[in-house]
Amino acid sequence: MRDWILKRLSRRGLLSGGALAAAGVGLATVMKDKPALAQTGHSAHVATSASATATPHAQAHGNMIAMGDVDNAQNGFDPSKMLTDWETGKVSQLPDGRTLRSFEIVAQDKEIEIVPGVFFPAWTYNGRVPGPTLRATEGERLRIVFRNESSHPHTMHFHGIHSARMDGVPGAGEVLPGGEFAYEFDALPFGCHLYHCHSLPLKRHIHKGMYGAFIIDPDPARHPEQAAIARSRLLGTPENKAWQEFVMMMNAFDTDMDGKNEVYAVNTVGHHYSKHPIRIERGRPVRVYLVNIVEFDPINSFHLHANFFDYYDHGTTLTPTLKTVDTVMQCQAQRGILEFTFKNHETGMYMFHAHQSEFAELGWMGMFDVVEATS
Amino acid sequence: MNESIRPPIDARTPPAAQRQTSRAADLAWFAVPVLVLILASAWLITSDWLSAFDTGAPPVEKLTFERTVLNGDGIHVQVRAGGSAPITIAQVQVDDAYWSFKQEPPGPLDRLSSAWLHIPYPWVLGEKHDVKVLTRTGVAFVKTIEVAVPTPQAQFSNLGPQALLGAFVGIVPVVIGMLFYPALRHVGRSGMNFVLALTVGLLVFLFIDTMKEALEFAKRAAESFQGTTMVLLVAVATFLLLFAVGRRHGTPTGLALATYIALGIGLHNFGEGLAIGAAFTAGIAGLGTFLVLGFTLHNVTEGIGIVAPLVDSRPPLPTFVGLALLAGAPAILGIWLGSLSYAPHWAALALAIGAGAILQVIVEVGAYLMRRAGGSQGAWLSPSVLAGLTLGIGVMYVTAMLVKV
Repeated sequence: MRDWILKRLSRRGLLSGGALAAAGVGLATVMKDKPALAQTGHSAHVATSASATATPHAQAHGNMIAMGDVDNAQNGFDPSKMLTDWETGKVSQLPDGRTLRSFEIVAQDKEIEIVPGVFFPAWTYNGRVPGPTLRATEGERLRIVFRNESSHPHTMHFHGIHSARMDGVPGAGEVLPGGEFAYEFDALPFGCHLYHCHSLPLKRHIHKGMYGAFIIDPDPARHPEQAAIARSRLLGTPENKAWQEFVMMMNAFDTDMDGKNEVYAVNTVGHHYSKHPIRIERGRPVRVYLVNIVEFDPINSFHLHANFFDYYDHGTTLTPTLKTVDTVMQCQAQRGILEFTFKNHETGMYMFHAHQSEFAELGWMGMFDVVEATS
Repeated sequence: MNESIRPPIDARTPPAAQRQTSRAADLAWFAVPVLVLILASAWLITSDWLSAFDTGAPPVEKLTFERTVLNGDGIHVQVRAGGSAPITIAQVQVDDAYWSFKQEPPGPLDRLSSAWLHIPYPWVLGEKHDVKVLTRTGVAFVKTIEVAVPTPQAQFSNLGPQALLGAFVGIVPVVIGMLFYPALRHVGRSGMNFVLALTVGLLVFLFIDTMKEALEFAKRAAESFQGTTMVLLVAVATFLLLFAVGRRHGTPTGLALATYIALGIGLHNFGEGLAIGAAFTAGIAGLGTFLVLGFTLHNVTEGIGIVAPLVDSRPPLPTFVGLALLAGAPAILGIWLGSLSYAPHWAALALAIGAGAILQVIVEVGAYLMRRAGGSQGAWLSPSVLAGLTLGIGVMYVTAMLVKV
């Protein structure tokens, strides 16, 4: 009611202001109208957002949000599930006793919905963007069988240590449509990495959606002094189970092919985590595997509200490379691990977003819903 | 010779009943092409053989922003669809930020249909905003609001000041020009030729100016309206219509000619009113006094042009009043409409009519001038006529510099 009255009042002030301006009475009158206008905008803003959506996380964004929701079923992937969807492949023993971990990846053309109602003709790994999050343990032998069922040549270029033959560039592991190639190398070094297509033109093959996270957990046996920390990173250990781990690939889409992105996101769908906050149990620490693959913009960033985190650049160390920061910057293909906790916080909605405001307003923002532990 | 091989005409003349059937048969022949057209269309639609040309390319999408309204509830834009398939508006960004919006009516936009998008955006007075509409295929259409000011609503309190403004740029200068009338009665034969040539000169300028404005509006209209073609055709049609009407009782002279001149100038002043109204709305009103004075000076010549054909008669005062209103009052209407938000194709249409009307008076005043000068071709080359023409165009051009912002 109060909003309604405010709105009426300022609207009336505005209309008469408009009349005077049209009559050309003077600029001073117009200037005087400025506060009234700002107030009008604000009250209208709050009024509509409050009536449109009642949930507190929606209110934090007001009207600055993409309308509607994406059809996850039709897309074939759900950004909420992607956060914790680790592809660990098939494990077997090599004759020399080492572990062989095998993955199968298929390149496919697929139209995906990247913000409600807007469809993008993507090139994908396994029909999803980002591609599957491959997760292995330091020192294992990896074998990735890559089949190309799409209309263009593609590769899988891993950021890791491997031979020239396995580099996944034109001339070394590029797969023509209908073809197949097996990349083989050791999982080194441990850390938070990525893979992407390196066919030419590189820019297009990346921004069309051919990328994914590639995580190598440290082998505690190789790091005796920091074995406990290494175990907390190693997927499946009891220490690791105490953590809440999420993979976040910061990506963007140029829908009208003008070399500028229309949609920014984490894990493809703009504003997804604003509408579907990520649930966090207050008592358990959080680890985010953060990768930036945004094309056309030189850098991207991650900013956490109301909290600070330790950052491990590339994830290749077991001690933080940056301590107690709330914003971190990454160029394309740069990545790292964020560790933080809400242990001493109130429960509630905590925002995170790129601190390039433009990216945030074009979709790269989300919410952590911090709740009491349920167990 | 031919007659000999033809049967006698009498033998071929059918009786009345037979004549009727043959008329029906004649009419039936008109149905044949229509029927064939229907059959061809039906076949095209049902057989769908055009799909052979389907290259898999996405549909061509066109979206034209026709009207923009800014008020306390935010930004409102009216868009019209074009292109090869219905357009689905998926998202709206304002200044590179996704913003909620309401489409009215909702749903995909068919070709040539339009809809309003209501965006509750807290716009900032005097600043620039970009409204970007994203379609289903991710194609972006951008409308730039150069200077954000509240769009005036059509309401009574605005009308008074705007009417005063319209009178000042439309009626006042025409009346001032008309005050030359007593003086014109004593300028003599070559002096009169000079004045009429001056009128032709000013009309030539107005024709070019009106045409240019009409084509500029046409460019902003939705492509399906074929703005440029529409402007040219409407101008030609208006010219022919007025020319035919004007010559029903012989070539117009005296009061009739003055009335046509006043009508043409009135339509042009309507266009000027649109421009002034839009300028004030867009915040160019900062130039106010200078701009209004410029328009006044610019239009004084028009008054002289209107009364020039009247020197041989002695019309009563109300006639002058009527002519001044006909030529000047449309400026008021123009300012009223121009300060509101209007679709560009309507403005293009109004200005095209104005251009056609001005062309008609150029021809008629030219013809009048020729007759007065004795119908000789040489009349156009006399010093007084050449000087009048040059001065008419020159004065209009120079005074126009005052009002082009």
